[in-house]
Amino acid sequence: MDIKHKVIEIIADQAMIDPADVTMESSLEDLGIDSLGLVESIFAIEEAFDIQVPFNANEPTESDFDISSVGSIVRNIEKLVADQKS
Amino acid sequence: MKRVVITGAGTINSLGHSVPETMQAMQEGLCGIGELEFRDVERLAITIGGQVKGFEADAQFNRQQMALYDRFTQFTLFAAKQAIEQSGLEFIGELASKSGVVLGTAGGGVSTWDDNYRSVYEDGKNRVHPFVVPKLMNNAAASHVSMEYNLKGPSFTVSTACASSNHAMAQAFQMVRSGMAPAMVTGGSESMLCFGGVKAWEGLRVMSKDACRPFSANRNGMVQGEGAGIFVFEEYEHAKARGAEILAELIGFAMSSDASDIVMPSKQGAARAISGAMKDAGVNPEQVSYINAHGTGTAANDKTECAAVADALGPHADKVMISSTKSMHGHVIGGTGAVELLACIMAVRDGVIAPTIGYEEPDPECTLDVVPNEARQAKVDVVLSNAFAFGGLNAVLALRGV
Repeated sequence: MDIKHKVIEIIADQAMIDPADVTMESSLEDLGIDSLGLVESIFAIEEAFDIQVPFNANEPTESDFDISSVGSIVRNIEKLVADQKS
Repeated sequence: MKRVVITGAGTINSLGHSVPETMQAMQEGLCGIGELEFRDVERLAITIGGQVKGFEADAQFNRQQMALYDRFTQFTLFAAKQAIEQSGLEFIGELASKSGVVLGTAGGGVSTWDDNYRSVYEDGKNRVHPFVVPKLMNNAAASHVSMEYNLKGPSFTVSTACASSNHAMAQAFQMVRSGMAPAMVTGGSESMLCFGGVKAWEGLRVMSKDACRPFSANRNGMVQGEGAGIFVFEEYEHAKARGAEILAELIGFAMSSDASDIVMPSKQGAARAISGAMKDAGVNPEQVSYINAHGTGTAANDKTECAAVADALGPHADKVMISSTKSMHGHVIGGTGAVELLACIMAVRDGVIAPTIGYEEPDPECTLDVVPNEARQAKVDVVLSNAFAFGGLNAVLALRGV
């Protein structure tokens, strides 16, 4: 499974919706994921790809990890996987 | 001062998953203690306990809740539902803003600590689930009850080892009695039956390998249990005005500290708590029909407790009935006073005294009427419930029927 599909699966699971309803343009807020759900999603992503995601819940918009949309999250994860696996 | 009554009760413990099941088992003198079932149990020297069996948490709670609820919280919410439904109270408006929840637990989310320590130490993982802290904290159960039932008044958790529930219920009682709160949800919960939880107790070398036999000369230690007891304490006029069923009346309490030893009990400290509860309730020793003992089945507790009762009750100690239901459900640690309050309610409401089962040989140092092995019908006036914790912290409650 590629990174995009796995991330969508994790986010859909957290939002308790069908993965088909998650678009790359959706924001986590649109999908009904709150701050606690975001932290849980990041944990699931770290577990799934065995990577460290630089995210501080105190400053969600300050880190390099852009969470403004599903698409931005996927791109970030792809980069982290490439960097941390190399 | 307001009168305080109990209008709801709920439980889950090794004797049953409800109050009627638990009381029935107590009447029949059944034993909920058996072989423990959990990971690595074969590495323990102690392999028995009063474990809750057949509890399908996944069927009670959704996935999001399961991520946040340690087993001690699951027990609490399961029992709180029974208690609050029985009370018929709906917490809205001023009732909601003034009513709170005070619960006892000694260890809180012990299995959450255990699972995650195992994961980082044994399995070498470097990452834990984000909810470990909110899941294991001692106040998690109280907080989830407050959220579930809209209880917005004074809410917190009391942790005084084996007296946690009695201290918690004494607090709730005081809040209702003083007029501070019209109703309080109270009681306690414990779930330490996991590898680390039992291993820690093993270290003290006070555990029995075969049975809990309080007051019996051949007793050889305590047996751990698990579970919860949750109650609704309500101001009497408030309960009467809405025609609520009243299970029992709380009439007094006392707390004391031995200020002597971290594990050895003191006769004086226990006796002061027992006398204090009678004084607070305005009753004399002759009015006390039954005492639900702390009765752990250890050499030290049982003889000290008998001596304390003899001191506090004087000649009437020879007439009072005193039993330890820990022989049936095990020592529920921080939740034990709450589970044992059910035996007190059964006594004042139904006139049935729960027995001390497993009783085999009289002990000259425990010569009181311990209601051995079989429940008894009796005319009951006042009942006391003892809890004496490690650390020398004691709390005794007094009840009567309405």
